[in-house]
Amino acid sequence: MKVLLLHGDRSFDMGGELPPNEQALMQDVELDVLLGAMAREDKFLYQVARRVLLSSLVDLDQILYRQSTLKDSLKNPGVVRDIYRVAEETTAGEKGIWGMYNPYKSTDQILGRSVKVLQLCVGKLKELRAIVDQHSGEFESEGFRALFAMLKEELSDEYLASVQSLLNGLESSDGTLIRAELGAGNKGTKYALCRQPDKKQGRIARVFGTNEPRQFTYSLDTNDNTGTEMLSQLRDRGINNVSNTLAQSSDHVLGFFTSLRTELAFYVACLNLSDALARKGEPTCFPTPLERGSRALAFEGLYDACLTLKLEQRVVPNDLSAEGKDLVVITGANRGGKSTFLRSVGLALLMMQCGAFVPAKSFASDMCTGLFTHFKREEDITMKSGKLDEELKRMSDIVDHLSPGCAVLFNESFAATNEREGSEISRQIVGALLERRVKVFFVTHQYEFARSLYEKEMANAVFLRAERKAGGERTFKVSPGEPLETSYGEDLYDRIFLGSAPSPEPAAPVTPR
Amino acid sequence: MTFTSILFERPEDAVKGPGPATPDFLVDLNLDQVVEAIIVGREEYDLRPFFFAPLKNVDAIEYRHEVMQELEVAGVRDAIQSFARAMGRARRFRGISGKVVNKNVKNGWFLNAAEAYCEAVSGLARDLDALTPKSRGLSSFLEYLKKYAESSEFSWLVADTKKVRADLSTAKYSLLIRGNQFSVRKYEGEPEYSAEVEKTFQKFKQGAVKDYRIEIPDYLDVNHLEEAALDFVARLYPEVFEGLDGYCAKHAGFLDGKVATFDREIQFYLATLDLVAQLRETGLQFCYPGVSDRSKEVSSREGFDLALAIKLMREKSSVVTNDFFLKGEERIFVVNGPNQGGKTTFARAFGQMHYLANLGCPVPGREAQLFLFDRIFTHFDREEDISDLRSKLEDDLVRIHSILDKCTPSSIVIINELFSSSALPDAVFLGKKVLERIIQLDCPCVYVTFLDELSTLDKTVSVLSMVRPDNPEVCTFKIMRRPADGLAYAQSIANKYRLSYANIKERIRS
Repeated sequence: MKVLLLHGDRSFDMGGELPPNEQALMQDVELDVLLGAMAREDKFLYQVARRVLLSSLVDLDQILYRQSTLKDSLKNPGVVRDIYRVAEETTAGEKGIWGMYNPYKSTDQILGRSVKVLQLCVGKLKELRAIVDQHSGEFESEGFRALFAMLKEELSDEYLASVQSLLNGLESSDGTLIRAELGAGNKGTKYALCRQPDKKQGRIARVFGTNEPRQFTYSLDTNDNTGTEMLSQLRDRGINNVSNTLAQSSDHVLGFFTSLRTELAFYVACLNLSDALARKGEPTCFPTPLERGSRALAFEGLYDACLTLKLEQRVVPNDLSAEGKDLVVITGANRGGKSTFLRSVGLALLMMQCGAFVPAKSFASDMCTGLFTHFKREEDITMKSGKLDEELKRMSDIVDHLSPGCAVLFNESFAATNEREGSEISRQIVGALLERRVKVFFVTHQYEFARSLYEKEMANAVFLRAERKAGGERTFKVSPGEPLETSYGEDLYDRIFLGSAPSPEPAAPVTPR
Repeated sequence: MTFTSILFERPEDAVKGPGPATPDFLVDLNLDQVVEAIIVGREEYDLRPFFFAPLKNVDAIEYRHEVMQELEVAGVRDAIQSFARAMGRARRFRGISGKVVNKNVKNGWFLNAAEAYCEAVSGLARDLDALTPKSRGLSSFLEYLKKYAESSEFSWLVADTKKVRADLSTAKYSLLIRGNQFSVRKYEGEPEYSAEVEKTFQKFKQGAVKDYRIEIPDYLDVNHLEEAALDFVARLYPEVFEGLDGYCAKHAGFLDGKVATFDREIQFYLATLDLVAQLRETGLQFCYPGVSDRSKEVSSREGFDLALAIKLMREKSSVVTNDFFLKGEERIFVVNGPNQGGKTTFARAFGQMHYLANLGCPVPGREAQLFLFDRIFTHFDREEDISDLRSKLEDDLVRIHSILDKCTPSSIVIINELFSSSALPDAVFLGKKVLERIIQLDCPCVYVTFLDELSTLDKTVSVLSMVRPDNPEVCTFKIMRRPADGLAYAQSIANKYRLSYANIKERIRS
């Protein structure tokens, strides 16, 4: 029995490897803020959401499968949260049953505990059935419909009753009947617990003349302590297998609940995020994923969801249409919204490729096979050469994992040296990446680098600039424009050191009130 | 030719080892470590003496090469290994049977021993026959084995064994445990719980499972309850157990002497090949060397110090390989170079390869041509006594003198840093004298020294342990005939991280 809400064809793997750039993505795109809104301080929701976000899908149908499951969830938030509650209660309830952490278990304890766990599960399976019976008609997505159909089929009343009777049978017993054969050295082997013949039948058989089987009986001396231990060991050998099978079965059933909880967790987290953004009046939409390599990127009203979640105001959205482009170079004013723009693109790509909605009015992009970020790191600015070394080392690690169809977001990379050297390094890297069909988004204030790219007049490149108005005021809008030599750092300097800015400016790109 | 031994074709080829003490040169060459690494886990076969007895003629070496190479064929090796495992079981079960007291248990283990033995013999005869071995050793052993396996004595053992086992397997029983007593009766087909549980929860089944079975100590010994139960079973099935009694009396001496000896001796090969296989996994090469008792033109490609390779393999690291050759009149490698640069390792590798070749074993390297020596002499620095320089020098001289006295033109001499702690002029003078004597003897030699002056004498070849051309502080552990010519040069920083335009295009596969 599989849940199959995250993938149509397989269970979601919470143990698999995350992409090698996981740490960098977390840090550079500031995923923590987004995950915080999704998790609402629930560690489990956080972990699942994090893993799903970082495990990008690269298959169109899989993304659409999740989108439709998520649309269903947004339509029936109460039912989804209720099923999630049942799953959560089951996994939590199991932990409350005595013996879970007791390492010195006997076969009797294992058997006893497994029966109790399975009794709990049977109750919860019934609860699940009831929810499904009541609400299954309200769902349309392939994922939910298949799940509900399976639950109805597999958890029939007869089946649930047969489980109940097996558990009852194992709980009561009069003596232990164990079969055995002669093994190596004529030692007993293949011990196995057997169901004793029904007593009533036995009595009737005796009345009708069947003899009691011929048997020899051994009684332990009252002070034969070793013997007592050996006898219980013999009994353990008989019960060992069945208690193992039963404990494994209880794990399997719990595994189903865990899987249900895990896969629903992503949708519950999305419900939370949707609530949070809606409260701020920020728009969201389901993006249009396009085939890999189609080199399309177009959006309206794209904003940095992490930033908006941190601020009281809404943030400045951006629009872009970049058909057939492999290279996006963003230049312009310091603190003019370049990094925010870059992050919002990265975040939207991640969200699209995990099947979620995106923070925009509309968004369409081809899928990338891997998203990598190479951001300038603020730490260790003391040692300049060490810093360039660190950046190159990081870049080299990224190259190890690149293949055609990936995308790399650069944020002021390779600037830890003089401009000429840095530009040359950047040029070589970007040139080679483009030839290998790796998409590049590059925020830079290295004029020489940006200018040299611009002058090549490449058809597959687009140049954007963080706007600023004639008076030096920043709008935090990023729009098409060729690289200009100054980066407006002077303005910032003036404002901070001389306090002479024309008007007090917000420190982050938010909409003017 | 009748079969003598898998280790020696003719009885007169058999050589005796040196007795229980490990010879000094084996310790100097770290061959004692190699031998231990080879025989570890096979203590029951007492293989050490075989490794302390190098062979005395080329044909005897080839006899072993043939067997060893045949055993490298997976099918042949598998056949021998399953034979060895079965023989091992037979030995172990026989041992237990000899010790226990309860008759039904004793006879039970005897039956298991005989079963294992029958399986070993029949299996090997069948498998080897199908593989038609070509080596002198294995083909003549097969001839012997087939005759034995078809003998009436062995056929009778096999038939009886099967019959008794079949009878015992019908003796199924059940135990009903209630409080402090248990009853034994014939098993009447009551259904097992496990199957029912499994079936009920089948639909929830997922991949990996945890094992919840508790660990119940599995003694081979039978406790008094089990004995009591077994004796009850014997009373429930009296004919079966009488049959077992008779069987044990009839077949008490089933083991054949030559089969037993083969079982031990073949381990010489298997042990060696096991270690070779482990090292090959790490990318190292082994080969069957040409061995000559006349030509002293020795050579090796990609050879290495086996003891070091074993140590590094355990540390998950790998050893540097080296090539060498001596041509024409060349006899002596004079090894120079920085400390910790692989000089001693080179000397050891040279000695080890020769020793292993004379055992008839494969040697490190892609290919090798080696010399059949009469003895190996080594002189390695002794750690003790360094405080007293005069006695150290004296000790060195006494030792080297005794070596040169016993040395013949067919010996191999390996000298490591002789006179290293004496005054420089002394060291040069004495070193030259020793080398001149070796040159006169005309025996193959490796001479590790810190003295440049010794590298220009007749018959010597100067080799150096090399350093990285771009960083003279890093040793490469390569030993080469040519001098170091490296200069440090700065690489562009992008090249260092392989991030130039060309690098990246190469690294990202399109």
